[in-house]
Amino acid sequence: MSESLREIEELTEATYEYGFSTDLDTDIAPPGLTEDTVRLISAKKDEPEWLLEWRLKAYEAWKTMEEPDWAKLQIQPIDYQALSYWAAPKQKPVLDSLDDVDPDIRDMFDKLGIPLHEQKMLSNVAVDAIVDSVSVTTTFKETLAEAGVIFCSFSEAVHDHPEIVREHLGSVVPVRDNFFAALNSAVFSDGSFCYIPKGVRCPMELSTYFRINSQNTGQFERTLIIAEDDSHVSYLEGCTAPQRDENQLHAAVVELVAKDRSEIKYSTVQNWYPGDENGVGGIYNFVTKRGRAHTDAKISWTQVETGSAITWKYPSVILQGDRSVGEFYSVALSSKRQQADTGTKMIHIGADTTSSIISKGISAGHGQNTYRGLVKVMRSAENARNYTQCDSLLLGSDCGAHTIPYIEVKNPGAQVEHEASTSTVGEDQLYYCRQRGMSEEDAMAMIVNGFCRDVFDELPMEFAVEAQRLLSVSLEGSVG
Amino acid sequence: MLHVKDLTAAIGDKQILKGLDLDVGAGEVHAIMGPNGSGKSTFAHTLAGREGYEITGTVTLDDADLLEMEPEARAAAGVFMGFQYPVEIPGVNNMYFLRTALNSVRRTRGETEVSAREFLSTAQEAMDLVEMPKDFLHRAVNAGFSGGEKKRNEILQMAVMQPRLAVLDETDSGLDIDALRIIAGGVNALRGPERSMIVITHYQRLLDYIKPDFVHVLVDGRIVESGDHTLALHLEDHGYADFVNHDLDASGRPLSGATS
Repeated sequence: MSESLREIEELTEATYEYGFSTDLDTDIAPPGLTEDTVRLISAKKDEPEWLLEWRLKAYEAWKTMEEPDWAKLQIQPIDYQALSYWAAPKQKPVLDSLDDVDPDIRDMFDKLGIPLHEQKMLSNVAVDAIVDSVSVTTTFKETLAEAGVIFCSFSEAVHDHPEIVREHLGSVVPVRDNFFAALNSAVFSDGSFCYIPKGVRCPMELSTYFRINSQNTGQFERTLIIAEDDSHVSYLEGCTAPQRDENQLHAAVVELVAKDRSEIKYSTVQNWYPGDENGVGGIYNFVTKRGRAHTDAKISWTQVETGSAITWKYPSVILQGDRSVGEFYSVALSSKRQQADTGTKMIHIGADTTSSIISKGISAGHGQNTYRGLVKVMRSAENARNYTQCDSLLLGSDCGAHTIPYIEVKNPGAQVEHEASTSTVGEDQLYYCRQRGMSEEDAMAMIVNGFCRDVFDELPMEFAVEAQRLLSVSLEGSVG
Repeated sequence: MLHVKDLTAAIGDKQILKGLDLDVGAGEVHAIMGPNGSGKSTFAHTLAGREGYEITGTVTLDDADLLEMEPEARAAAGVFMGFQYPVEIPGVNNMYFLRTALNSVRRTRGETEVSAREFLSTAQEAMDLVEMPKDFLHRAVNAGFSGGEKKRNEILQMAVMQPRLAVLDETDSGLDIDALRIIAGGVNALRGPERSMIVITHYQRLLDYIKPDFVHVLVDGRIVESGDHTLALHLEDHGYADFVNHDLDASGRPLSGATS
């Protein structure tokens, strides 16, 4: 018994393959956060006055707020004055061609398996590449423009489409929403912006790739996706960071606006550096993601969370319009000393709204994995329906899995279901696979991938394959 | 082909196998019968390589020392075990599972891997053999299978893996008569001059369908009697009472009547 437990532990000690850092000539602001920092960021980005005001309002709000402490997480105190809030690779003036991307940056993305040369790119996926605080390039812009789709960095959107940004920024996640959202609103540096006009089905997958490279900097990106009536878009984000001994803060905000009869599918494969097996280093991932679904609209969140030292993240849907649909599919892996407190909030406001939640938590090593979810049915939400399924898988004896569902129902016609299970990868399952010739590692990867099947099925094809691979790598180790 | 000599197995203080000897030649089918708790399943698991037993003695397959090998290496050497309680693996479809299994042993043996297309026809033949419905390949491994389907799946896997030595642990338990006929038909179709089988069963019934070359009676961790298929018939009539608590040095052979 103890023998096989030790083997499971070995199996789950992964090596992080994106831990390299790239020596980029970087423009970094001195550490510290004051009103001047906010003004500096805004000035660096040459922002209009209204946005500076908006940031300052957020900064004032943030100063009065306190870090949330309700999550089941042990967090070393963060010194917000020790962080730098602006870091950008120095680049020659940006021209409109990919050839002008700094070769060092291109190499970095090649190494990450995300080629930025259009001829080598995944066909049918447009990529916005973000390093530290800024977007370095966006691919397939012209193709998308033909369909009327705007896909660019947030900064560009502020300059080129200020009226759309101004109308929607903060409309789903207000600046005072929570401590980290307020911080992000004050100091956000860049991010992706996406606008799908009425009736347009976005001709390709849109993807943003985030890379933290600099040391001692926070990354605060902001993503805004607007799908007009009857439109459709599928969006994916991926993230990695170098291996460093300090914890790095990542506090992003994502806002989705799905107008009548539109559909937004948002997928995340999060692989920030998780820290080592002693809990040294790793990203603090404190993210606010929320979408508003109007009449007959659908918002679907799919996330595969394998990285970060700490994950604090609850992608949510406000089901405002009648018959709107919210979905949340999640795989969260906590191994080594990783901690994840993640889940969703489904707020039913409109009539006949439906939401479904499928959460798969995997705990290994000394990892702690908590599902925390809220299903709230307002008085106005006649015939609201929710189905929640939370499954936890434990690998080894030093890890933990916790399920904390909150259900608030104010309309007696609502139907809310919750199912939860906890299981282990059985020795009998491993033995069965090995008797059929598979190595212990392959067997473990197969069983865990099977456990996650319902969620992986929701990912776009290329990313489902990537997610499976990532999960296998995260569970990989030395078997005696 | 398979030589088992003075095999003992214990879990903690509990001695289960107490010096088991067995020789199985190429192409032979050996049935092992015995009362509950006599060590039949333990014997199967010591051949397949389950962890948790303290083992002494020797087991060689084609002169290779099985006891030194991990379960997956034994599989590559040609050992296949049909489980009494096949394990469910939710979310992993049979197609993927089987092809991964087959390619794993092929890789270990230095053979080329089988493509998805080639595999499909192999799988189709195996499915026909045990009358598995078409949706089988896309269902999860054993998840939600009936008892009969699980056992048929074991034989199907055996047909895909084409083992050198098949150890079938109570493959007949929990089967109705139709399922039993299907499974026995599958097993018989897989008999061949280069493939040996050890069929573990409680009941003679299975041996009406799968005719063994030899029958062995396992009692209290040892093989106490060996014979041809008529030995099984005797057991059917008389039970194991003749062998349980039987003094092995006794002069009167309890089976003298049955074998004559």
